[in-house]
Formats: sequence, structure tokens, C-alpha cells
Amino acid sequence: MDPARFTRIDETTWQIEPTGAMRVPGIIYADEALIRDMDDKVCEQTGNVATLPGIVKACYVMPDAHWGYGFPIGGVAAFDADEGGVVSAGGVGFDVSCGVRTMLTGLKISDIEPVQTSLADSLSSQIPAGLGSKGAITLDPLELDAMLRGGARWAIERGWGEARDLDRIEEGGQVAGAEPDHVSHRAKERQRREMGTLGSGNHYLEVQAVTEVFDLEAAKDFRLNQEEVVVTIHCGSRGLGHQIGTEFLREMVTAAAEAGIALPDRELTCSPIKSEVGQRYLGAMRAAINCALANREIIGHYARRVFGHFFPDVDLSLLFDVSHNTCKVEKHEADGGGRELFVHRKGATRAFGPGHPDLPEALRKTGQPVLIGGSMGTGSYVLAGAATSEKKAFASACHGAGRAMSRHAALRKWSGRQIVDDLAERGILIRCPSARGVAEEAPGAYKDVGAVVLAAEEAGLARRVARLAPLICIKG
Amino acid sequence: MSANPDSEPTIGRGWEQFPHDADVGLRGFGPSIEVAFEQAALALTGIVTDAGIAATTRVEVACEASDIELLLVEWLNAIIYEMAVRSMLFGRFEVKITGTRLKGILLGEPIDQAEHLPACEPKGATYTALRVAQGSDGLWSAGCVIDV
Repeated sequence: MDPARFTRIDETTWQIEPTGAMRVPGIIYADEALIRDMDDKVCEQTGNVATLPGIVKACYVMPDAHWGYGFPIGGVAAFDADEGGVVSAGGVGFDVSCGVRTMLTGLKISDIEPVQTSLADSLSSQIPAGLGSKGAITLDPLELDAMLRGGARWAIERGWGEARDLDRIEEGGQVAGAEPDHVSHRAKERQRREMGTLGSGNHYLEVQAVTEVFDLEAAKDFRLNQEEVVVTIHCGSRGLGHQIGTEFLREMVTAAAEAGIALPDRELTCSPIKSEVGQRYLGAMRAAINCALANREIIGHYARRVFGHFFPDVDLSLLFDVSHNTCKVEKHEADGGGRELFVHRKGATRAFGPGHPDLPEALRKTGQPVLIGGSMGTGSYVLAGAATSEKKAFASACHGAGRAMSRHAALRKWSGRQIVDDLAERGILIRCPSARGVAEEAPGAYKDVGAVVLAAEEAGLARRVARLAPLICIKG
Repeated sequence: MSANPDSEPTIGRGWEQFPHDADVGLRGFGPSIEVAFEQAALALTGIVTDAGIAATTRVEVACEASDIELLLVEWLNAIIYEMAVRSMLFGRFEVKITGTRLKGILLGEPIDQAEHLPACEPKGATYTALRVAQGSDGLWSAGCVIDV
């Protein structure tokens, strides 16, 4: 995008002035190079979100933003139900509650090296990934509903996780207000055999090493030590969330028209929060959040089992589990007072700063861990929510590197086999059923994740704590 | 949507994929809407795999929408649903459209990871770049972006 089209507020804040039907401005947090690299569609989609009824303050855009569906990916928008505010299936996305969890192993890189190949093979065979993979769990209708209500808590009660994890998961592992009855039969059918599966695309399980510490104090609080190894899982609510997204997107096209909401883009489909469809979507979407939380808890359990085989004395403890495709009811400071708002984060991570009352005691001093997935070659970051994130973007930060190149272009540029070999030479083992899948996810197809997190830090959204480099990457 | 330099309209193939930042766009072409929809379905399978697919199992689907563009999304989502719950891939499609109702036949086989090497999993068809239209040459095109 041409930076000249924005009002530059400071080094990393770019404002789209409200024009036409926009009710609020758009605010993009990025450095100039990231702005230049963003697709023009990001600006267009930000402006479109700003036209939706009940939007509060601004439509915010994170430094990793790219062209999405209706909402830009990397978009944050909060709505006030009392002012005709809406909830949007497009503003949450198909993969409801897609998110990241990072588990600490306490192992050193040197502990992994002697077993790296067999550990990669074992993780690859024990964690179902990719289209056509089969999970070990089949749920009957009663259990499926119990899972949709119970989230990670349900998984733990069934023996697929540990109770101490709950403190380290958003919403304590179980979001309130989930309504399994609002989830269609088709969505449930899609999930019956999917629990504990990773999915495909940009989803992964990685064994990573802490290669750089930026904030010693925060790293100490997060127990992230240089050269130590962590396990990070990126996945979401699988087929259930995809089907809920599909069905409500369709239903909200009609619902928006009936509510008299003029949509500049059909993909922005939404419904007033105070409407039958809006409430039904919220109940179904929260059930999908619980599904994602349960799924990541189960995969975390599988990872513990595999590590337990290789390192019997090692205890994998959860650093944090946070989603980046959600709509949540949160209290925020807006217009001088605390207001209950419906905050959509589409490809954006909640980033509560130090002292936030919703954080567990152990994290309150430093702030919430914000887990940023990079590409399999370039690494990932752990950030901590900044004190200013509340004021800047309803306590939100970026979620990943963001793609710099389409899958299509990546496929034309790289060979999957070559990437696997090149990364192996650098000590990174890739396990993926499809060489083409690897090419589409090539490290070079992503933006420079370092530039994204630096911009997030400079913008006051979250501060860098540690950089993680992959040792093993399991992809679907 | 205007032609994108990155898209690959391939002679002898009635479909193409076009780039989207995070995902994949697809378009089917044909002398009728039905053929364009069948070709769009082949493009959907092309997102997952380049391998051949045996037509050993037949699945029937029916869908309906208020307009022809929304019907394309319904059709592609019906295929995505059958792929997911049956763990199958489809390589042949037959479409019959009456007004805004569609009846489709999907022919395919169970997914075999070792044989089909699936590159990614379609999550859903979106309304982004959604367009069903007849060109000045009489050829129909039907396309949208698929979230993968």
C-alpha cells in the first residue's frame, strides 16, 4: 500500500480517516516497509469493517495484516451491543479459535540432538496431521456435547491433559456461554473423529529452542531460558469450526439484510448482537472455542506422551494457550469508562498487559504471553502483552508472520523436497505427508516475522521476550 | 475480477487457481453454468492434490441458494463437507441446475495420504472474489476464494 494514503500518527501508527459510510477511523500498526508490502485490500477491508453498526473507537489492524474475507486478517474490532453492535461470522473466520500453545520442557538443545530424528518420527506417527489422517478418538453425540461445553476441562477429565494446565489457558480452558444445541448436526458430524488432529495448511507442532532472549526479567517469569527447548502447537477447532463458519456466514447474509445493515462486502456478513441469529452464533462459536481448547489440550497430551517415552523424567508444563480467531465479551476502557464490548480478533492475539485482573497470579506481573508463529524456517516469538495494548487496540497484538506470497506463487518458486533437505542441513527436521504442502508453506512465502514483532513492540502492543527457532516441525 | 498475472489459465483445462494472500482462489470455465461449476469442483480437488482419483464411490448432493453465486458457494461447501466426513477425494463431478437448485454427483475414492499426498485441507468456500458470469465469448466462469 502507498503510505501516502494514510495520516501518519507516529512511526508505527497509520490512520485511515473516516470517509463515506465509515463510522470510525481505521488504524494500522506497522512500520513503513510493512505498510508498503501490504495488499491494498487491507485498507479497503479495514474501511469496510469501520462501516459496521456499533463499532467502537476504530478498526485496528496488526502489523502482520493481509487480505482476508470481509475483515482483514490481523483485524480487531469491538462492538457495543447497546448501540446496535454486531457479531460477524466473517470477523471470527472459518477456523474458530485457531490458536497457539507453548509447553516448556526444561530440556536443552543438546538433549534433543541425539534423538532428534527418532523424536521427529515418533511425533509424526503419534500426532494425526493432514487431510485423511485418522484420530484415535471418536465421540458419540453425548460426549461431543460434553466436549463443546467443557473445552480443555473436558479433555482433562477424560484423561487427555492435566488440571494444572487450566490456569494457563485463556478463559481457564472453558469459555462460558457455549450452546451445543446451536451447533448443527453437520458441524458435529464433521468433528466426530477429528479430536486430537492437527489439520493442515499453516498448522503445525514444533519442537523449538529459545535462541534469543530480549527481556531477561520477563523470560525468567515465563521460564524461557536460552538454549532450552519448548513444544508449540498451532491449530484450531477443526471441521466443527469450519462448518459453523460456513453455515453462519450464509445465514448472516440474510440476517444482515433483514436488520437493514448495508454491507459493502458480502463477506462481512453479520447480525446484531441483540438478535436471534446473533445470539445463536455466539452460542455456537463459543462451543467451537471449547472444541479448539479441547483439541489443543489433547494434542499437548500426545506430545507429553511422546516426550515421556524419550525423556521419562521430563515434565512438560504449559506456558500459555491463546487463540487468535475469536469474538469475546470483554470489559474495556472506551470513552472514559469501562464498557462491555464484543471484541472480534481475526488473526490477532489477545494481549493483556501487566496487572490485568483476568490473568493468573503467576503472569500478572509480566503480562500475558503472546505466542507468535513464524514460518518453519525463520522461527517464532514469545511476546508479553504491553501496558499500552489496552489503549492501543483493545489489548491485542499480532498473531504470526503473515504471508508475503500466495500459496500459488510459493508453489511455482520452490520445491518441497528441496526445502526439506535445505532445512535438514540447518538442523530443522520437517515431517509432512505432502512435499507440495511444504512448498506452499515455504519459509520465504512469509513476511519477516522479526519485523512484524518489532513493529508490534514499537507500537506498544506487546514487547518481545524471546525468539524460538524450530528443531522439528510436524505439518499436516 | 480482473485477470491476475499470477493466474494460470491452462489450455485444455477448464479451471484455474488464482492467488489470494493466505489462501487459494479458483475458477471453473465452461459453455454452461453446470460445466463451469463442475470445473470449479475439479479446481477445488486441485487445491488438495495433483494425483489422479479413481471413481470408485458415488455420492449425491443437493443444495439451494437465493442466487447463482451463492449457489456456487453452497456447491463447493457441499463437496468440502463430503470430503471431510467421508474422508474422500473426488475427481469427477456432474451438475444439474434448475433455477437456484443444484443436484450434483461426486465420484471419487477414500483419501490415501501416501498415494494422494494431500497438500492442504479446504475449510470452506468464501464470498471473496465470488463471481459467476458469462463472458462476451459466451463462456461461463464460476469462482471464489477457498479458505484453506
